[in-house]
Amino acid sequence: MHNILLARSAENIFWLARYVERAENLARILDVNATFSRDSRGVRNWLPVLQLNTDEERFFERHASASADVVLRFYVTDRTNPTSIASAIGNARANARALRPLLSREMWSQLNVFHNSVAALDDTDLASSHLTRRLGEIKEACQTHTGITDGTLHRDQGWYFYWLGRYLERADQTTRLLDIKYHLLLPRASDVGSSIDIGQWNALLRSAAGYHPYRRVERGGVTPAGVAGFLLLNPNFPRSVLLCASEADRLLGELRLRYGLKGGSDAAEELGALRASLGALTIGEILGQGLHEFLDLVQRRLIAVTQDLSTAFFSINDDSAQRQEQLSA
Amino acid sequence: MTASVLSTYNPSGFYCALTQGNANQLIRDRLGTLSVEDLKQRAAEAEAELHDLGITFTVYSDKDAIDRVLPFDVIPRVLSAREWEHTERGVIQRVTALNLLLHDLYHEQKIIKAGVIPGDLIFGNPNYRPLMQGVDLPHRTYVNICGTDLIRDEHGTLMVLEDNARTPSGVSYVVENRHMMLRAFPDLLEGIGLRSIDDYGLKLLAALRDVAPPRADDPQFVLLSPGPYNSAFFEHIFLAREMGVPLVIGSDLVVRDDRVYMRTIDGLAPVDVIYRRIDDDFLDPEAFRPDSMLGVPGLIRAYRAGNVALANAVGTGVADDKAVYAYMPRVIRYYLGQDPILPNVETHICREPDALQYTLDHLEELVVKPVGEAGGYGITIGPRASRQEIADCRAKLVADPANYISQPCISLSVAPTLVGETVEPRHVDLRPFAITGASTWVLPGGLTRVALRKGSLVVNSSQGGGSKDTWVIA
Repeated sequence: MHNILLARSAENIFWLARYVERAENLARILDVNATFSRDSRGVRNWLPVLQLNTDEERFFERHASASADVVLRFYVTDRTNPTSIASAIGNARANARALRPLLSREMWSQLNVFHNSVAALDDTDLASSHLTRRLGEIKEACQTHTGITDGTLHRDQGWYFYWLGRYLERADQTTRLLDIKYHLLLPRASDVGSSIDIGQWNALLRSAAGYHPYRRVERGGVTPAGVAGFLLLNPNFPRSVLLCASEADRLLGELRLRYGLKGGSDAAEELGALRASLGALTIGEILGQGLHEFLDLVQRRLIAVTQDLSTAFFSINDDSAQRQEQLSA
Repeated sequence: MTASVLSTYNPSGFYCALTQGNANQLIRDRLGTLSVEDLKQRAAEAEAELHDLGITFTVYSDKDAIDRVLPFDVIPRVLSAREWEHTERGVIQRVTALNLLLHDLYHEQKIIKAGVIPGDLIFGNPNYRPLMQGVDLPHRTYVNICGTDLIRDEHGTLMVLEDNARTPSGVSYVVENRHMMLRAFPDLLEGIGLRSIDDYGLKLLAALRDVAPPRADDPQFVLLSPGPYNSAFFEHIFLAREMGVPLVIGSDLVVRDDRVYMRTIDGLAPVDVIYRRIDDDFLDPEAFRPDSMLGVPGLIRAYRAGNVALANAVGTGVADDKAVYAYMPRVIRYYLGQDPILPNVETHICREPDALQYTLDHLEELVVKPVGEAGGYGITIGPRASRQEIADCRAKLVADPANYISQPCISLSVAPTLVGETVEPRHVDLRPFAITGASTWVLPGGLTRVALRKGSLVVNSSQGGGSKDTWVIA
């Protein structure tokens, strides 16, 4: 049979993966924030979550204060907010629907059920007594999706685009997580080294499911440099930027070689450069030059990779992000 | 212990194939062992499964819920081997005649010259496509996929209500319904041999291969869909998967030098055969509606050049029209020299003086339909019409008889259907699907639609219709 992947399908599967990854990360962040992020007065601060997603402006246009219930509604159930979990899963499903001919029945069914359950969430589910369980269910549904995908998605070109999407999104999410925490925490000189500070870094690790691995690998205890280094440069941690960039780089190379694809050299070059930049410096050097600047560069490279992939494979004229906006409109 | 499924069932004077006659005794006995409670339980589980799978059709008027589950009734509709053999022969005869008619209309038009069908009926029809004149198709097959709507009258006689020779839908429900029955009612099916419906996709693909351009020795097939917002998108997915071919939308295709290509991750790849689920009007803005966003500019040029096959062919809509329907028994006799195996619903063609007189004399008993209108507009149902409506109808008939046909009111047959806490008779029809490449094959059974509202004759999914699994006993 003909081994052909439509440009449109490649785009759909790439974004399906990204949206599920995004939803999972957001559920992790909200959960950890609800549980562990208390400031020195014991009040949970939701502002960092808004900053992390660069949503402050949009949020404060519509809401007076970042109280827990308002922020949670904004990020979990609000379909008018494009960065909510409900929107991410809605978009994942819309992409999956267009892709249905290539997806297993199980993949579609699980995503459809997941979507319906997210769409049915209301304020009761966001109350603090239920919140952790609900976010846990969302996280697990994302992981179930990943497992079903692993077990049933045909390993052809589409599979490569799926995992390219997953890793690029994950890398982006990890840089955001790191960027905002570092930015927020470091300037408060009085807090550095205090137990609150350690708590914040622990929370950061938990958001990325890295708390226990960190303990195991980094024996020097929890330090800002240790955590930043771990999340950025650890070659074995599944959410580190280095691992995600390396995997994306490897997958793209394999995809192009296996299927003799002409396009994609720009994206490959960009990914190679990203990988090299992560391998060239120690965390000390990165911190010395400025973590924020470094993360900014990584993010710009990730955006460039997506644009290159879009131009090379998703083709046509307008850009991929714009079509995704139309899809969810 | 609640009542068993058929213990209180009464077809109330209508023909019911499941409970009348003795061909289905075994299945009746099996149903008798189930309680209504059990049936309800399993129906609820089946419904939940459909919901999880998002097996849906779109209701355009309901913008908040574009996805809706088509109601599924768990009591199967059963056809005996003998009934099916008769039905199958009738459908094949009908499809054969339709293809002969279309080839003739787009070539020599002998049937018009012979005076069997009036020329103005064809040439005045918007679905007649002059650009198809003289285009030769492989095996002279125009209608590759046909859905023939059948009903039974109060005596159980099967008759043709309508031919669907454009882009008939519903076959995905046939297969999904069967799969659901196999999961929900393994006990009901134990020891009962049913004709398989699993190879629809393969048969369809084989027929498409039959009509591929001769140049393509390893043809590339695609299914062309209007996209995710179309009411039948679920079915398009189903068919693409069953055939193992890409599902494309208009923007995936491009025509260069009268050849069709699809946009892939590795550039343009040639396309040879298109199973299109887009109406003629929207296929190609260069040839038909210029405002169509769904189609592919230049597609018709490539088609007429013989570089791509379209299934169904362009221009089949002229043959499944209400006006032409009335002539189908004559069409069958003209081309095949046979009597129709499946009769039409008795139809009076009012452009003919005797038929007009009969219609005028029996307006209170007849259904009068304008031939040009679509979607049930302008229909007068005699037994339910007021005196004023009858008078209006009479005036219109006399003024323009050629625009009307009339038919008797048919007492549609019923089938036992789970309604709330009980099993009640509901009206049903049957749409078998015929696949034609070099020859014709009919999917055993077909789609049984059921009007879920009490007394309703409307089986359409958009108006409270549901579906049943259709069993053909092997």
